[in-house]
Order: sequence, then C-alpha cells, then structure tokens
Amino acid sequence: MISARARASSDTLALIKSKGFLSCGVNTGLPGFSAPDTNNNWTGMDVDFCRALAAAVLGDTTRVKYKPLTAKERFTALQSGEIDILSRNTTWTQIRDTSLGLNFAGVNYYDGQGFMVKKSLRVKSAKELDGAVFCMQAGTTTELNLADYARLNKFTYKSITFETNEQVREGFETGRCDVLTTDQSGLYSHITKLSDPDSAMVLPEMMSKEPLGPVVRQGDDAWFNVVRWTLHALINAEELGVTSENIEQMKSSSNPAISRLLGTTGDMGAKLGLDNSWAFHAIKQVGNYGEIFERNVGRLSPLKIRRGLNALWNRGGIMFAPPIR
Amino acid sequence: MSDQPNTPTSNPSRPPPWNNPAVRSIVYQVIAVVLLGYFAWTILNNTLDNMARRGIRTGFSFLNNESGFGILLSLIEYDESSTYGRTFLVGLLNTLLVSVLGIFFATIFGFLLGIARLSTNWLIAQLASIYVEMIRNIPLLLQIFFWYTAVLQALPGPRDSIQLGDSYFLNNRGFYFPKPIFEDGFGAVLFALLAAIAAAIFIGRWARRRQDRTGARFPVFLTSLGLIVGLPLVVFLLVGAPLSFETAVLERFSFTGGSRVIPELMALLWALTMYTAAFIAEIVRAGIESVSHGQIEAARSLGLRNGPTLRLIVIPQALRVIIPPLTSQYLNLTKNSSLATAIGYPDLVAVFMGTSLNQTGQAVEIVAMTMAVYLTISLSISFLMNWYNRKVALVER
Repeated sequence: MISARARASSDTLALIKSKGFLSCGVNTGLPGFSAPDTNNNWTGMDVDFCRALAAAVLGDTTRVKYKPLTAKERFTALQSGEIDILSRNTTWTQIRDTSLGLNFAGVNYYDGQGFMVKKSLRVKSAKELDGAVFCMQAGTTTELNLADYARLNKFTYKSITFETNEQVREGFETGRCDVLTTDQSGLYSHITKLSDPDSAMVLPEMMSKEPLGPVVRQGDDAWFNVVRWTLHALINAEELGVTSENIEQMKSSSNPAISRLLGTTGDMGAKLGLDNSWAFHAIKQVGNYGEIFERNVGRLSPLKIRRGLNALWNRGGIMFAPPIR
Repeated sequence: MSDQPNTPTSNPSRPPPWNNPAVRSIVYQVIAVVLLGYFAWTILNNTLDNMARRGIRTGFSFLNNESGFGILLSLIEYDESSTYGRTFLVGLLNTLLVSVLGIFFATIFGFLLGIARLSTNWLIAQLASIYVEMIRNIPLLLQIFFWYTAVLQALPGPRDSIQLGDSYFLNNRGFYFPKPIFEDGFGAVLFALLAAIAAAIFIGRWARRRQDRTGARFPVFLTSLGLIVGLPLVVFLLVGAPLSFETAVLERFSFTGGSRVIPELMALLWALTMYTAAFIAEIVRAGIESVSHGQIEAARSLGLRNGPTLRLIVIPQALRVIIPPLTSQYLNLTKNSSLATAIGYPDLVAVFMGTSLNQTGQAVEIVAMTMAVYLTISLSISFLMNWYNRKVALVER
C-alpha cells in the first residue's frame, strides 16, 4: 500500500526516469488515434504523443508501455497511478478537470460530436433523426451531448451503450441501431473499418465542442509542465517549419526561436528537468504536430480528415501554442 | 485458594478468569472484532484522506444531481433530467427484472430437464444428458455473446421483420407484440381473479380436511383451474370486454407503439436460463436419486400410480436435498446477470457502475453502493430459501 501511494503521488518525472519507461493509457482501438497495426505496434496520434514524450524524457520513442483502456477505466487508471499519462481521445470538460483530481495538459485535437448513418436510410440531416436508435460507447461525453441535443431539438431517441468501440461498430453494422454517434474524427475512423465503407455517411451537423487532450494527475506540476510543453514544442515546430527531415539542418538555423526550441541556445530543457535536446529528440523521432496529424488522420492516412480547426492559427485553424522562450 | 474453606457444596476449585475457557473465548472474540473494526476504519479513513489530498470529490450528494443521459429500458419513469439516484433505481430494477425472470424460467426448465435425465425413455434421457454436459461446460459470457450476436443480431431489420400473424413482429430491434390497453371496468375482472384464487385456496384446505376425515378425494386441481380461468372470463364478458390492443406500427426508422422485448434482454435472459437450468437439472437429478428405491417400492405396493408416487412420495423427500444447492444457483444467476454490461443491457452495473461512475468520477461511492446492492439481493434470496428449507426439512421427532 505504501509503495502504491509513493508511486501515485508527486514526482512522476523522477519515477519515469528511474524505471526507464513511460506508462501511457491509450484507446483499445480507434484507428488514427490509437490502434495496433498489422505488426502489433501501436500507432495513431495519441500514441505518437506518448512516443514524443518518451523521446523528450528518455531520448527514445520505444520506451513506452501502452495500456489499452476503455472509456470507463481510463480515469481510475490514471488516479491510481497505473499509468503516467492518459493520451486517449479524452474530452476536456469542467467536471473532469475539477472533481477527478486530474489536469488536462492541453489540446492535441479539436473535435466535435457527429452522427453516422447508413446511406440506405436516406437521411440528410441530424434534424431528421427523431425516433432513431443510437449506438455509442459507455462512459463518454457522447451520451450527455446526445441527451442535450435531443432536448434542445425536441426529438425522442433510444440509446444503446456498449463497452468498446468494436462493439459499437458491430451494433451499427448489424442494424441494431440506426445511428452511430461519437466524435467526428472517430466516425471517420469507424467508416474505414466497416465491411462496406461506402454504405455509411457522416451527417454535416457537429453538435458539441470536444477538445481532446492528454491528462495527468493533479498535484504534480513538474510532470504537468513536461507534458504541456512537449505538446507546445510539437506545435511550435510546425509553425517554425522544423520537421523530422530538416531538423539536422535547422540546428544551425539563425532563427533564435528555432535555436531555443532545439536546445542549441538557452536552457529550456533544464528548466523542465530534462536534457536540453528534449524537443530535438521528440521532433526528430516523431515529427512536428503537422506531420503527426497528416500521417495518422490526414492526407497520408486512410481517414483523410482535413486540418480544419486543427490547422495552425495563422493558417485558418485554432492550433496556437505559447512561445518557447 | 488453598486458604479458603472447602465445603462440600461450594465449587472445589474455581479457575481464575484467564484460565476459564468460556471467558477466554469471549475475550478473544472481542479482541478480534475490535481489530477488524479498527482495520476497516483505517482503510476508510486512509481512502478519504488520500482522495481529499488529491482533490477527488467525495460524498453522496451527486445522487441528487441531474444525470443527463438516456437509458434504453426503464421500468419506472425516467428521462435525461432525472437524478443519479433515479438512475440507480432504474439499474436496480433492470437487474431484478432479469434475475427474477431468469430464476423463474431456469427453475421450471431445470426441473423438467432433471426429470428427463432420469426418464426410462432412452432418447429423452440421452438428449437431456447431452444438453446438460454441453451447456454447463461452455462459459456463460460466450453463450450470451452467441445469443446476442449470432442469433438475435442476425435477424432481419425492421423493414423485413419476421411476422407472426398480424401483430407480432420479430426483428433485430426486438420482439414486438400488441400492448393491452385496460379500459374502465377492468378492475372488476381483476377482482374476480383475486376472488377465484381465494376460493381455490379455500377449496384446497376443505378438500384436505375432508380427505383426512373420510378418505374421499376431491379433484382440487381441475376445480381450481376452472375457477381461476372461468370466473374472470365470465366477469370480463359480463362487463363488456373492456380491453383493447395497440399494435406496433412501422415508422421511418423502426416500430413504434405496442409492447417490445429488447434483444439485449432476450439474449441475457435466454443465456442465463439455459445455463442455470443445466445446473439445476443436475441438482434435481441428484435429489431424486437420493430418495431410496424402497420408498418407491413401498408406494407401488400401496397401489399408487406413477404420478402420485412422484408427487407425494419422491419430490417431498427430494426437496430436502435439492433446496440448499438450488439456493446457490439462484445466487449465481443473480450475480451472473451483471454480465449484461457486455451486450449493452442497462442493468445496475452498466448504468450505475458504468455510465454514472464515469460522468461523476465518484468511483469509491458508486462501487460501494453497487456491492451493497448485490450483497443485499443475495442475502435476501438466501434468507427466503433458508426459510423454505426449514419448512421442507425432515421434521425429527
């Protein structure tokens, strides 16, 4: 009991350094965010964030132990110290931030809840869904959003909640429900997994704000800072044009912001309790935010999600990271 | 001690209290209880303390907050604006619903199977054995998935429902049947039914007394059946058949109106019933075989036929052996019903320990409440069955 207490409290950073790996809570299977690939390696945006974090702290992206969690298990796993970070498409809400003893370190994907229907139903808008049956995952903000949306638009609905994403998709495919609802990014990921991806479509309506981001335990500011600034470093790298490919050349860049980011000047890493080349390792081994996005969910992936809100602030989106200085 | 006068009437040597086994045993028990209490108190205190230090909210005030999510099946009125307390009740009732129905069907089916295994008809006995051996050796969760995914989800969609008659529909959304609508005057029918049941009980007692006195038998079963079916039927027709039915109608997405059994309930109930019935069958078989063959021979020599032998001689004696293990099966069934969460049936574990826990984050309170509920249900079943067991137990004189 005592060792569990010591583990769960205060110095997560020192603990990760001493055990030599990072415990990262991820989704059990959401292509594009976290899912095992054909070689059984975890891939996806949320996985890449943990890899970047491992590179920043330990210098090596492979030193991560992934812990697949259902929506129901995720917060308890973090509270109890079973994982060091929860990187599992988790929506930042006030209750979660204030009453669970957790802190959200930032947003790595701006999402919103949407609906997916079978094309054969010939539904064109979410306004026509009165009386429909909805499949969704248990223990998510999805259930609450749908209830709010139904009350606001005065329609009746029935919801069936399943434990895992796979069961939700199966329920939709076999026709147990008419509509599958989750975050829009999740819908695109579900579509790629349907036996006939052309049979379903995503409705245009977005009915909620779902800022997804990494979560850590409350009361460990040093670790919180490491997580938050690793995320900011990835976003700043995209803004400064530093990619995994050109990073070696960029080391000799005359731009002082790039020099500070890559640790050739200043002591930004030391201030976080890390090596000065923390961001260098993360970007070199995983890529900047834009690369991570395009590789996992964007142009270079089967999901083909457009940047939209997740584009940088100076390119029409709202991805904005405070400066590294 | 030695300097006390020893009179023949006083205790010759009373040991000091610490050497008295009765006192010692009480002292040890008190110490054990105190230690246990201290242990529980420390754990509780430690938990609360740690949760407060980490900024995790505690207490039961969340039960009054609005839950804000919908539930697929609810026996009481419930909507998104209901409280978490109400969510708890809905989940509890759904758990009780599937447990009670499961116990009912599993008992009937299990008894039939158990008797079938003892049948002298070779085919029936073999079929029953194969069933028991197969079903009880496959994990329950697999069976639930089988009925839900492979059977019920494979049914056609609402538009191509399997239709039985004009108003019964079976599809992957459930089984739809006409919903009875009770109109004015139906109360008289219910009253007639109650009166008939009371009369049947009375006739049963009277018939037993008469048989004790004169030895003449009276066809109690047929008379009672006639009363319980006939009397309400006559009243029903007399007051002008105050009952109509609402049939389910196909709309844009699915059927509306009528009554419906959702596939999640069907799959869970079906799997629980079949699984538990296999165990009950073995218990019943063991019970019947425990009655010595001499009893049956004695009944035969008195001239009793097969039916009365089973009913009057074998079953009453078998029940003594059957009841205690049957109780464990009932408890198992109730606890197994929490596997509901795997297929989306909204039982207590799914809606309260699942969704509610996640929305409020109050894991300790919610898990404690859920455990308390299962404990209470199990203890109640135990209590009822123990009471029944005492009634059927062999009265030793």
